[in-house]
This record gives sequence, structure tokens and C-alpha cells, in this order.
Amino acid sequence: MELDDAEVKKIAHLARLGIDPADIPEYVRNLTDILSFVEQLNKVDTAGVPPLAHPLDASQRLRADVVTETDQRAEFQSGAPLVEDGLYLVPKVIE
Amino acid sequence: MQHKTLAELSAGLDSGDYTSEELTTACLERIERLNGPLNCFITVTAEEALAAARAADARRQSGKAGPLTGIPYAHKDIFCTRGVRTSCASRMLDNFISPYDATVTQRLAAAGAVMLGKTNMDEFAMGSSNETSYYGPVRNPWNQDTVPGGSSGGSAAAVAARLVPASTGTDTGGSIRQPASLCGVTGLKPTYGRVSRYGMIAFASSLDQGGPITRTAEDAALLLEAMAGFDERDSTSVDQPVEDYRAGLGNSLKGMKIGLPAEYFDGAVDSGVGDAVEQALEEFRRLGAETVDIRLPHTYLSVPTYYVVAPAECSSNLSRFDGVRFGHRCQDPQDLEDMYKRSRGEGFGAEVKRRIMIGTYALSAGYYDAYYLKAQQARHLIRDDFRQAFEAVDVIMGPTTPTPAFRLGEKVDDPVTMYLSDVYTIAVNLAGLPGLSVPAGFVDGLPVGLHVIGNYFDEARLLNVAHQYQQVSDWHTRVPEGFE
Repeated sequence: MELDDAEVKKIAHLARLGIDPADIPEYVRNLTDILSFVEQLNKVDTAGVPPLAHPLDASQRLRADVVTETDQRAEFQSGAPLVEDGLYLVPKVIE
Repeated sequence: MQHKTLAELSAGLDSGDYTSEELTTACLERIERLNGPLNCFITVTAEEALAAARAADARRQSGKAGPLTGIPYAHKDIFCTRGVRTSCASRMLDNFISPYDATVTQRLAAAGAVMLGKTNMDEFAMGSSNETSYYGPVRNPWNQDTVPGGSSGGSAAAVAARLVPASTGTDTGGSIRQPASLCGVTGLKPTYGRVSRYGMIAFASSLDQGGPITRTAEDAALLLEAMAGFDERDSTSVDQPVEDYRAGLGNSLKGMKIGLPAEYFDGAVDSGVGDAVEQALEEFRRLGAETVDIRLPHTYLSVPTYYVVAPAECSSNLSRFDGVRFGHRCQDPQDLEDMYKRSRGEGFGAEVKRRIMIGTYALSAGYYDAYYLKAQQARHLIRDDFRQAFEAVDVIMGPTTPTPAFRLGEKVDDPVTMYLSDVYTIAVNLAGLPGLSVPAGFVDGLPVGLHVIGNYFDEARLLNVAHQYQQVSDWHTRVPEGFE
């Protein structure tokens, strides 16, 4: 698996990660190394093997649909970068 | 006081030899005096600790103390602590004061344990050397040119340097056991689902598990008893009663079957490490255990499987850090996308970015089957290897790590080589099994760990095995030079 500059830029965009253009060659090298290493997985035939999502084969518990938490909005928002009237502020999305 | 184990300190508090306030003060002074070059702590909470110690002393006087009441401990900075910065060793959370406590934090507080501070770690627990921390690397007290291991490096080094009697860690691919091994202390990763993940900042949710780091197995039993238990707020928490882990520590090992996987004793192991492990096994034979050669044929798939599953889950988990609700936000964003990209680009370090990108790629359209699905299938094969092995043996043993502590900077530019230092621990997380590392010797002055893997919910047996070994060995009592 050989990545190129354009692919690294595309992956970074999908992940909404700003990366310094000067670092791109290093990411190309590192990510290619990691993906090549991971390719060892192709040595094993997994036809018919079910994917394992939970080691104990457990599934998610269900609970009654009732309110269990109290309103802590003010406390939760006290650490937010920018809030106004209980709302989180972000740069304008719609003109 | 610093050379006493948690169990001894608990007895000392009980008999009134000293108060928790005196003990806590002594630990804080030792941290003040010795932590500087080691860099074990991101935050020391001296005032809160002294207040908690005084409350613990009052509780003991009123006759309501448990074994951990008044015992100081250090908490990995991945566990949320209400009112105290919880940074996960990332610039992203450098300003994050948690508005709530993790379940583990709450349980330890309810037991009366006294938190001294938050320990240094690899950023978001991604690393095997503690070098990815935003707050700088931790140094190994046995040789300060070497790494303490990671990601719970600060927790392991603090116990090894006798700054604290016990600490907490988390283990996604070896992050409790590998640093415990490299620092010469005892570390236990419980069965997946045994310790609540609520308020433990998520890295790879199907693998993450919290556990104790202590000097002795007996201390690990005491700490695990307080940490473990069912929690409704963690959807993968297992509803099963917590055992009295101390009750079986004295059990004889006569007739116990120890599986030795051929795959863990191959050429990859440093010869000194191999010799130390062989001597430890000889000790277990003298204790009446029997060793049996076994095979775990899919071991070679563990590290590649992990480096698909863990980054995939990390890329999804870390999408919450978007600069909107908490954490770092960049200056003067031009628009929403610029805000996301620059906040995340500035907030995350290089290793975290690499893993987010690998995970994003593995989960992206057209690649999902080739990477994530394939890895989940391989994970099934790895789990079934262990299931089969445990039909014939009681525990599995091998080295915790292929080599002792490596030098700072040695592997930092080569992620794949770094990943291979977790080759023996990773499969245990993929299978969800409990595993423990116990001190088993030294190579050139650096500690070696013996890895003991148990069947599901067999923590009591692992602790029994380690405790019996610690009755006939003294590796866990050795103190690094300069920390006597």
C-alpha cells in the first residue's frame, strides 16, 4: 500500500485535521509504513469467520426511556470556548 | 513510610501509628523533592489531598474506615476528576476542568482513598513510551535515560520511585502491563467490562480497561476490589459480583497448569529477558505448578489487527474534540471548517493525528471490508486461540515485553517499531482477557516483567499466582538508586 500526497490530504480533510504542508512527506512515509505492516492480515483466510465486535459476545443493554440526569447545562458550558444565552457559538454557517 | 506497601500502610493507619494527614504530607513532600526530573505528574492536588486525608482520619475515628480509607494514590490523567484539570496529556484538554467524576474516581473517593494528583501519560493513551505527552516525557527511575513505558508511564514510574504506594492506569494494548514491566512494579488489566469506563476518556472503546498499578499483588487486589463493579452508566460494564480478591491469595499453586505458548518464546525475545522468565517459571515449578507447551497460532495477527481496530475506534471517539463544547479552540476561525481543522490540528500531537488518519482511512468508503471487517474477523481467530488454550491450562505465561526499557528517543521516529513493543500484551486486549505483569528480575539494571494471562473473570487467580511468586522472590522489593 503506497499513499501519496493527495491521499494524505484527502484523509486529513475527511478527519477535519489541519496538518502543516511541511509535514506531509512524513505522514506519507509513516502512514504507508503502518498500512504496509497491517497488510499482514491478508495472509490469513477469514472466509466465513464472523467479525468479533465484543470479546464476550455481549450485546448492548437496554434501559427504560426515562430522564435520569438533572439539568447541569450551566456547569457543562462553563468550560466551553464560546457560549451565549445557553447556546454554543460557532462561526456563521448560513449567510 | 515510603517503603511500606499499601496493605502495610492500611494496617499502620488502623493501629494509629500515623494519620492519613501525616502519610499524605510525607507523600507530597517526596513528590516535591523527587518528581522534578521524572515528570510523573501533570497536576499535583496538594490542598484537595490534605482535605481528603483529614476527612479520612475523621472517618477512621468514627469506626467507618475500609482498607483504602486514608491511603494516598495517584490517578492517571485519563480519568475525569470533578473540579480538577483532566488533560489526557493533550494540548486539546490543557484547559479542561472536568464537570464530573469518572466512576472509578467516585468509587475510590467513596472508599476514602486520597488522590494526590494526576499522572503523566502518552497523549490520549496513544503510545508505549510516554514520549507523546504534551507535558513532556516521563523518565524511568531505574535509568533516567530510558523510557518508563506507556501509556500509563507516570503511574508506573511514580510507584517504582516510591512517590506513591499505588496508582491507577488504563490498558488498551498493554498500557498498564508494559510500563509496569519496564518500571519493575505490578500491574493488572482486568477482564473487559470488569472496571467501568464511564468518565475514562475513550481511546478504543472495545479494548480500553482500567486497573491498578502497585508494588505487590496483594495491593493490586485491594485496589481492584474498590475499582471494579457493575456500572449502569457504562453500556459494556458486566453485571457480575466483585470477588474478595484477597481471600484466595494464599492458595497453593500445586497442580496448577501453566501454558507456555511457543509464539511467546521465539527469537524476538531479548536473551536476558528470556533467561529471567525461564528462572521465574522454574520457581513456579518448585511451587508445584506444571508447565505445558501450547500454541496460539494466530499471535502474529495481533499487532496488525490492533493497528486497524484501535485507530478506527480512536478516529470515531476523538471526533468529539471539535472546539465547540470543550477543549482547545483556535484563534479567529474564518469559518466552521477552518475552526474544526485548526482546533484539531493545533490540539492534537503527531501520534494522535497519525492514528486518527489511519482509522479514518480504514473506515472510509471502499476500504471498510479490506481493513476493519478483516481485522474484526482476525480478532475472532485470536480470541478462539485463547478459548481453546484455556480448555487445557489455568494460566498462560511469557515475557510482558520483548526487551527491557529502551532509550528515550530510540523509537520515536519509527511508529511500527514502537508498536511491536506491545506484541505480547495486545492479543489479551483483543480477546478481552485479564492479564498481569509481575517483576521477575533485571537485565543490566533494568526490570523484567513476567506476563500472566488468565481466563475471563479469573483476576483472583492471577493475583494468587503473583502473590505466591512474591512470597518466594524479592524483585518487587528492590528500589531504584536515588529513591531509597
